[in-house]
Amino acid sequence: MIYDVLIIGGGVTGCCIARTLSKYDIKIALLEKEADIASGTTKANSGVVHAGYASQREYLKRDMCIKGNKMYTQAAEELKFPFQRIGSFVVALEDNQIKDLEEERNNGIQDGILGLELILDKTKIKHMEPNLTDDVVGVLHASSAGIVSPYEMTFALAENAAMNGVNFFRNHKVNRIRHQDYIFELKTQQGVFKARNVINAAGLFASKISKMVGLDYFDIMPRKGEYILFDRNAMHLNKILFPTATKVSKGILVCPTAHGNTFVGPNAQNISDKKDTTTTEAGLKEILEGARKLVPNLPNRASIRNFAGLRAIPNTYDFIIDNTDVYGFINVAGILSPGLTSCYAIAERVTEYLELLGVNMKPNEKYNPNRPKPERFKNFSKEELDQKIRKDPTWGRIICRCETIPEKEILDAIHAPVGAINVDGVKFRCRPGMGRCQGGFCRPRVMEILSRELNIPYQDITKKSEDSYFLVSKTKDELLKKSESGEAE
Amino acid sequence: MKSYKADVLVIGAGAAGLAAAIEVKKAGLKVLIIERDKELGGITLQCIHNGFGLKEFEEELTGPEYAQRFINQVLDLKIPYILDTMVIEITRDKKIYAVNNKEGLIEVSAKAIILAMGCREKTRGAINIPGFRPAGIYTAGQAQRFVNIEGYLPGNTYVILGSGDIGMIMARRLTWEGCTVKAVVEIQPYVSGLLRNQVQCLEDYDIPLITSYTVTKIHGRDRIQGVSIAKVSKDYDRIIGSERFIECDTLLLSVGLIPENELTLQAGATLSNNGGPLVDNNLETTIEGIFACGNVLQVHDLVDMVTSEAKRAGKNVVDYIQNRYDKPIKKEEKIKCVAGENINYLKPNNVNKSDIDSKIIFNFRVTYPDRRVIIQFRDENNKVIFKRKKVYVIPSEMVELEVNLKEIGVETTIKEIRIEIIPRPEVLIEED
Ligand SMILES: Cc1cc2nc3c(=O)[nH]c(=O)nc-3n(C[C@H](O)[C@H](O)[C@H](O)COP(=O)(O)OP(=O)(O)OC[C@H]3O[C@@H](n4cnc5c(N)ncnc54)[C@H](O)[C@@H]3O)c2cc1C
Ligand SMILES: Cc1cc2nc3c(=O)[nH]c(=O)nc-3n(C[C@H](O)[C@H](O)[C@H](O)COP(=O)(O)OP(=O)(O)OC[C@H]3O[C@@H](n4cnc5c(N)ncnc54)[C@H](O)[C@@H]3O)c2cc1C
Repeated sequence: MIYDVLIIGGGVTGCCIARTLSKYDIKIALLEKEADIASGTTKANSGVVHAGYASQREYLKRDMCIKGNKMYTQAAEELKFPFQRIGSFVVALEDNQIKDLEEERNNGIQDGILGLELILDKTKIKHMEPNLTDDVVGVLHASSAGIVSPYEMTFALAENAAMNGVNFFRNHKVNRIRHQDYIFELKTQQGVFKARNVINAAGLFASKISKMVGLDYFDIMPRKGEYILFDRNAMHLNKILFPTATKVSKGILVCPTAHGNTFVGPNAQNISDKKDTTTTEAGLKEILEGARKLVPNLPNRASIRNFAGLRAIPNTYDFIIDNTDVYGFINVAGILSPGLTSCYAIAERVTEYLELLGVNMKPNEKYNPNRPKPERFKNFSKEELDQKIRKDPTWGRIICRCETIPEKEILDAIHAPVGAINVDGVKFRCRPGMGRCQGGFCRPRVMEILSRELNIPYQDITKKSEDSYFLVSKTKDELLKKSESGEAE
Repeated sequence: MKSYKADVLVIGAGAAGLAAAIEVKKAGLKVLIIERDKELGGITLQCIHNGFGLKEFEEELTGPEYAQRFINQVLDLKIPYILDTMVIEITRDKKIYAVNNKEGLIEVSAKAIILAMGCREKTRGAINIPGFRPAGIYTAGQAQRFVNIEGYLPGNTYVILGSGDIGMIMARRLTWEGCTVKAVVEIQPYVSGLLRNQVQCLEDYDIPLITSYTVTKIHGRDRIQGVSIAKVSKDYDRIIGSERFIECDTLLLSVGLIPENELTLQAGATLSNNGGPLVDNNLETTIEGIFACGNVLQVHDLVDMVTSEAKRAGKNVVDYIQNRYDKPIKKEEKIKCVAGENINYLKPNNVNKSDIDSKIIFNFRVTYPDRRVIIQFRDENNKVIFKRKKVYVIPSEMVELEVNLKEIGVETTIKEIRIEIIPRPEVLIEED
């Protein structure tokens, strides 16, 4: 079988391209090296849908960000992922920063960003965000900025793409690409995949993939950003809070997640290992100190998790979206921030490229842009809940006490298209283990459900990758082994 | 929607919930227990070691044996209970909603509620250990569940962070299973659990206890491969250069317990600094008719103390229903109890003035260990109203004090009692 399009990489970029292309009557598959999609940069970032004023004007990423932001409203409606346009503040703490904000506002308005407003009235500012420091002298309010759950959106994209005919292959790492007679042969451990067109959306590893077809014209460097997440009850923010940017980065923000937790971060650390997602003592200290400048009374003791994500920084500092010299090979590389915001605009551009390449983009008659809305226990009224449980008792068995997740939601996460196959997969799809006890209570129960539904022995259930096992043996096995070898009496 | 009616609803069927329910039933009231788990008994069911019941029964029992004595009484007294059912909401007007997979949504109306939801373990994120986030990190209680209930070993070689009781008990338990416990690492200069467990679980098995050290980094991307530990100063700052690596495939956390307080908060009750609700001397929260006992109120050292607190709560609830419920609320004047020097937290948080001529039980924990001290009560004018000597105080041992305030000369004009621990002066006047 020869695919029309093979996509390498199941991050937000690859999945959004897959879903956008599923509107057309072409054969598409996506290959992802990890055990699940959304395992790379897409899993750990700020989840901010930026308004678009922040990047320099000559960059493609600015253009894509402004366009992409506007496309979120429709996407969220169709795909039903958590997204709220709550608006952002860029906070000036000194008078001389105001002129920077003015410039950003003026340029932004010229470039078509809606809802930009410079606010200097401190009472008004504090009314809009009471947690903000008293040292604030002004803010640039961008009402079009929003927050999204990046991995839930990516799962939604993949699910909808799969509904519309895209094949997903997880645990499929592309190791080599052969290229002959306008056909690409992608070698993975599990076999060879053939296609007329290839889209490289491999994130941090996009330069490596590009080199596989002989295209060596950019580098990607990892830049780490660390985060601390707080308990939902500890603080409630109305706005996304940025400090006034320096040339180096957007700075450390204080921000709500789409589920109402507050987080702080990221810092920016250039590193060399593309798999080094460790958090560091110095880094965690740095982000707390940075964040306190905006919100002095952070609920320090209520932190529930720290984590780190890696930005894929290209040497051009801009998105590399190219219809390359290798006919049929499209690079979608260097998708640094605001890549999440830009994904719908990027996917649109890739579609245009495929048309240019002569792919027959006939509409897919069966295309349905709507993903069924995941049903959530928390959203039901008392009467609805009672009805639901009577029809399906798995609604009445609560598995995660912190987030109140019943068995039914976990079953849905497992049985959805491109569904969960491990504990983290369940956690990122429907949140058991995301709350303050971080899985202490629900993990054995989630393992038991995965084991039963996927017919995998309990002991073989993993956290994420194959090597991330939870249990080593049954009790007494170790002792029996020792007694057989005569070690114990 | 299924609905139930009772005089008293007990949420949670651990040691606390069971004892409280029994007390209420014995007084002839209608009581209902709702429990999330499949069985009655609570956390004691996974504590298969002995050391339970020395005070209550003057016998050494295992956790499940201890629980069974109360379960038997519940059965004998025909106290109704619903299992596998989670209370999800307490409204401000004391309606309770719960769900299970047989009856759907359940609504309970009760005249009074006893909160007995127990506590939960703190996790890694709460203490922010840097490094990777691999599989193989468990709280000690979670590991205990895997080993004692599910019959699986979570790993072969262990480091345990924190010297809480559950951690120490698991160190011994895992050693019995043929596993290696490389070290118990404690950030404080002293053990945070009971001395008895330090001797019986660590020293007896030659398990190294490393105090004034903490885990500073997690190694291993998929499964944990080791931890870095480092010495800390008096102010818990890491001492540069003291870092060393310990290989292990599992890290257990025994870094403390906190009251399970979601429902408490939802009911509108105010919390105190220990994470449990503010209560008066009747163990009544700031919401009239809602009482709390056991680990949901304060984390106890021993189950026997949970039981006696729960019995007290049960009696007070009976008194509430018989004498106060449905009567015009008379505004109780209260004496505020506040934590002074070296008191981490205390219970109760206030005393009803009408109760000053009865025995009041004060419980508290200290912030740091000390020897040869005086426990002292002062009023709002700093006048000392009570003094008692104590040989030593340590954070791992809750102090219990029974005082009749009237007998020690407290008048109803008093507004506040401040409890503090002070060093004993060299020369002590014998009379006090
Ligand atoms: C700290 C931080 C904060 C950020 N904040 C924001 C923000 O607030 N707003 C915003 O818009 N953007 C933000 N971003 C940027 C955004 O997260 C990224 O632009 C986006 O996630 C990139 O997605 P991707 O799909 O290109 O990459 P990834 O998610 O990394 O996906 C690439 C995928 O390719 C797979 N892959 C690699 N090699 C192979 C192979 N050989 N075979 C098969 N599969 C392979 C990987 O496993 C991975 O799953 C942030 C980024 C970081 C790091
Ligand atoms: C590992 C461990 C070892 C111990 N070892 C000893 C020892 O050696 N000796 C000793 O004397 N003491 C020991 N203790 C202490 C003693 O066992 C506990 O303090 C005591 O059992 C706590 O009782 P409880 O009823 O407050 O809480 P729990 O036993 O935790 O009971 C709370 C109950 O409430 C239920 N619940 C919670 N929320 C809800 C809800 N929303 N809806 C319905 N039900 C709910 C829970 O399922 C649980 O069954 C140990 C404790 C632990 C954790």
